[in-house]
Amino acid sequence: MPAPTNTDTHHLTYLLRQADRALVLSHRLSEWVAHAPELEEDVAIANLALDLVGQARVLYAAAAEIEGEGRSEDDLAYTRSDREFRNVLLVEQPNGDFAHCMVRQLLHDAYAIELWSALRESTDPTLAGLAAKAVKETAYHLRHAATWVVRLGDGTDESRRRTVDALDDLWRFVDELFDADEVEDALVAAGVAADPAALRAGWDRRIDAVLTDATLERPEVAHPARGGRDGQHGESLSYVLSEMRSVRVEHPGATW
Amino acid sequence: MVITSTLAADAARLAAEVPDPELPHVTLGDLGVIRDVVEHGDRVEVVVTPTYTACPATEMICGQIVETLAEHHITAEVTLTLSPPWSTDWITDRGRERLRQAGIAPPPSGVGDDLEVVLDLPVACPRCGSHRTRRHSDFGATACKSMYSCEACREPFERFKPI
Repeated sequence: MPAPTNTDTHHLTYLLRQADRALVLSHRLSEWVAHAPELEEDVAIANLALDLVGQARVLYAAAAEIEGEGRSEDDLAYTRSDREFRNVLLVEQPNGDFAHCMVRQLLHDAYAIELWSALRESTDPTLAGLAAKAVKETAYHLRHAATWVVRLGDGTDESRRRTVDALDDLWRFVDELFDADEVEDALVAAGVAADPAALRAGWDRRIDAVLTDATLERPEVAHPARGGRDGQHGESLSYVLSEMRSVRVEHPGATW
Repeated sequence: MVITSTLAADAARLAAEVPDPELPHVTLGDLGVIRDVVEHGDRVEVVVTPTYTACPATEMICGQIVETLAEHHITAEVTLTLSPPWSTDWITDRGRERLRQAGIAPPPSGVGDDLEVVLDLPVACPRCGSHRTRRHSDFGATACKSMYSCEACREPFERFKPI
């Protein structure tokens, strides 16, 4: 077997960043199921989580293949240490109220739809194939989040206050979505990755349209938070991962 | 899908008639999820594309294809492909009509890459045909369906989501 090249290492990191983003957000959403304000929302949130798990599985399987060490998609999801996770900080934030959940989805989904839209042109056939599918799944996710943010932001005094609080809390995690380091730089040049900076204009346009409809404004952020993509997480990630892995730890190797 | 051999053609015909596990009114052929059937000696490989990346019915679909073909003494294996991605544009006219008869609004044809445009188009009630319908949720009991009701005939209904 040929030794892994720099490009392979970058490619692996890129796939893991995207897979971890999808998996961690999926688990945060699944924590909401049975706690949503109405039955339709329990169903909707479960569907969002399911789509994200599906996307994560394809990405982990592709990552496992590039890594070439015989690890499976499950091994990558369940057995890496917390510090090996490469998800952006936005998705690991602990759940708050329902407005917080919908604002997090909005900020994420507006990014995800731009990402998948661009990745349809990826030279990595697995990424391109997944992107063509995921961009459509994400269109439904985004419409769902946008509908709720407008309803809550332009709703009662209380729903508006909660939505503003959520924006204030989560906005500092936005910049990290569009960060690039040598991984993205190399892969953008190779046509594999989407240029994160190029996704920002579409994200801004989508978010501003929703905020206008919701009669809300962009919050001011003094200190953007970043580091998740390099494995520097808050302690909340450790809790969400240990819960996600609890069955696997209790029953190693179990199948059903 | 261009099939030349008799074995592959038989296998393709049988696999196409397998009902979808979550929507038994339509077959896998109606849904257009079978992309190819390739003969490898005395075995066949059936290439299937899942409707959604995480569709929980995918494993069952694969199992039922293998089982159905085994009943007809054909040894088959199923491989999955994501590319090109499945679209509701691949549902046959017969499939759309069967969905409508089962009370599920079929997706519009010609979704292409403009899903966000299609999402804003009016939806016809599968029972009375009225366009005075209301969307309750984009998400339903399965990944492929959303929930609506008709203001004209007052009936709730599901819609097969265009994708």
